Amino acid sequence: MSTTMSFRSSLLRPLAVAALAFGLAAPALAADGHGTPKPPREEWSFAGPFGTFDQAQVQRGFQVFKEVCASCHAAHLFSFRNLAQPGGPSFSEAQAKAVAESYQVQDGPNDAGDMFDRPGRLSDRWPSPFPNEQAARASNGGAYPPDFSTLAKARTYEVGFPGFLIDIFTQYQENGVDYIHALLVGYEEPPEGFALPEGAHYNKYFPGHAIKMPQPLSDGQVTYTDGTPETLDQYSRDVTAFMMWMAEPHLEARKRIGFQVMIFLIIFAGLLYFTKKKVWKSVGH
Amino acid sequence: MSGHSTFEPKHPALKWFESRLPLVGLIHSSFVAYPTPRNLNYWWTFGGILSLMLVCQIVSGVVLAMHYTPHITLAFDSVEHIMRDVSYGWLIRYIHANGASMFFIAVYIHMFRGLYYGSYKAPREVLWILGCIIYLLMMATAFMGYVLPWGQMSFWGATVITNLFSAFPVVGPTIVEWLWGGFSVDNATLNRFFSLHYLLPFMIAGVVVLHVWALHVVGQNNPTGVEPKSPKDTVPFTPYATIKDGFGMVCFLIFFAWFLFYIPNYLGHADNYIPANPLVTPAHIVPEWYYLPFYAMLRAVPDKLGGVLTMFGAIIVLFFVPWLDTSKVRSGVYRPLFKQFFWIWVVVCIGLGWLGSKPAEGGYVIAGRILTIYYFAHFLIILPLLGLFEKPKAVPASITEAVLGKNKGAAPASAGVSAPQTKG
Repeated sequence: MSTTMSFRSSLLRPLAVAALAFGLAAPALAADGHGTPKPPREEWSFAGPFGTFDQAQVQRGFQVFKEVCASCHAAHLFSFRNLAQPGGPSFSEAQAKAVAESYQVQDGPNDAGDMFDRPGRLSDRWPSPFPNEQAARASNGGAYPPDFSTLAKARTYEVGFPGFLIDIFTQYQENGVDYIHALLVGYEEPPEGFALPEGAHYNKYFPGHAIKMPQPLSDGQVTYTDGTPETLDQYSRDVTAFMMWMAEPHLEARKRIGFQVMIFLIIFAGLLYFTKKKVWKSVGH
Repeated sequence: MSGHSTFEPKHPALKWFESRLPLVGLIHSSFVAYPTPRNLNYWWTFGGILSLMLVCQIVSGVVLAMHYTPHITLAFDSVEHIMRDVSYGWLIRYIHANGASMFFIAVYIHMFRGLYYGSYKAPREVLWILGCIIYLLMMATAFMGYVLPWGQMSFWGATVITNLFSAFPVVGPTIVEWLWGGFSVDNATLNRFFSLHYLLPFMIAGVVVLHVWALHVVGQNNPTGVEPKSPKDTVPFTPYATIKDGFGMVCFLIFFAWFLFYIPNYLGHADNYIPANPLVTPAHIVPEWYYLPFYAMLRAVPDKLGGVLTMFGAIIVLFFVPWLDTSKVRSGVYRPLFKQFFWIWVVVCIGLGWLGSKPAEGGYVIAGRILTIYYFAHFLIILPLLGLFEKPKAVPASITEAVLGKNKGAAPASAGVSAPQTKG
């Protein structure tokens, strides 16, 4: 921090200091060595070269999002139509329409010049819980609940050497979801002598440990209809999987096409190798 | 290698065209008949790989520009629009983002190869300097490209890097305001960066043409560093080099595809998925990986202006390598001491890269200072002195001799010849 500060113009320095003083610094880089443990690596259906979303899990995650998270967190890049697209919760179009129609969306102006509310359509964006950032802060003790649209890709933690090199070979890209899952289950009582600021909550995995968001999920809070255990851990996994899909809706297509491209390239490389061998056969080199 | 083409058109229409513009003859003499040393190893395929990456970046970039909006309130969402709603937009955007990293991986290998085999030495100084100019243009292009998604790291990276220019006395603040088009990184900055990010690749393409032209005037270097002396030392570019380059390119594409399809965000920063916010500073402002060694040097110097000059000096010094290296022997293969110092220098560069990703505190800064000094010492002290004191091994009389000496196992004419590092 200190060094990068020195390169910043004197104009911006007070702004940055102010931002830090108000505790608004983005907690994107977790585990910076100040007693924040690394989140455990969880099993995710969408990890690895053949990963796909577990449709039932993403649907449950949507339910948790809709019933709990969405009351504070916006998802402004998320549209109702996304619910019916392949490679995610994959609801039927009728189901997605029903979800959309259960929300009132502001439209207009009409011919009289007035704004009006109407039931949501598939093409509408997910309605934000607050009209603007200031309103969101006012309702949340000064903290701004981050937008969910890309959040699963916007969070990570430092893996360190040599793990970060091994991750290339094991295709580990689940830093964000592992962090979010750990955060959701990481609320505990502050340890002896920890000065928790007013209105903050202690979280084991949050950088600095003092998080403004109260523990959002607890056992039995959301009623599942498919017999899945209604536990904090399960809710957390489900909503995190849903967040991953929201941040990367074409993940399944990416991995599927990736495998096809790999097969093509490897066969092509093999053919080129033998052609090259034949061409160079008579030339010492 | 240069001079008149040996291409003789047969078809009357082609004859008519060739006598007016000898374009096909130029292509024929450059990419078909062009004699290439027969002993080139796979490190020499990276020139072709780089051409491929330049085309790949320009094509994917042109498509992205059709969907991107360079405005601070819309840029982030327009990139996400590409990722979500544009057909195969996620693919094009990930190709472009990861392609930049692949471009730099290839250019670093290409540069290390040139430094190891002495490809900068007479008569290839201009060829080398043109390459350094391409590298500088690539750095500028990539920096401005990273600003365009207007995420947190885009904004703060742009703020930190543009502020470096304020270190220059008297004119510094004016330069910074001129770069910004205002008094902070803002919409005017984003607009001009988009414009220049679209312009610079075509300037790179122009310098690449000069680079290839210079290459075809002086001919390729080779692992022995001995110039071709007879037609036996070379093979025609096609089919020999084309098929070998083609194989190298496809292998490189497999490596590229691994990142592109399976870990597309590995080389980026999570913070850049947070929209830019001038009021919130990220915990660590870190540039893209390919700038990290220079970032480490910048922070190693306690003085701001000194740091900036050190950072730019690290690139400027490359321009003078042809004259800093005093050795008469071109290839590192026959220079036992140089070889060791070369690899130490490579490790130092990687070490600087690692330090660049670490916070500037405590031991990291001290290590950064030691490695920065070593980086410059390699060019300014070690290279000039090595040429004076090193006793090189005997260099083979010709490429053919070196090749046959290795492959046939026969004792070469001079007993001291070591086998050049050639493969495939």
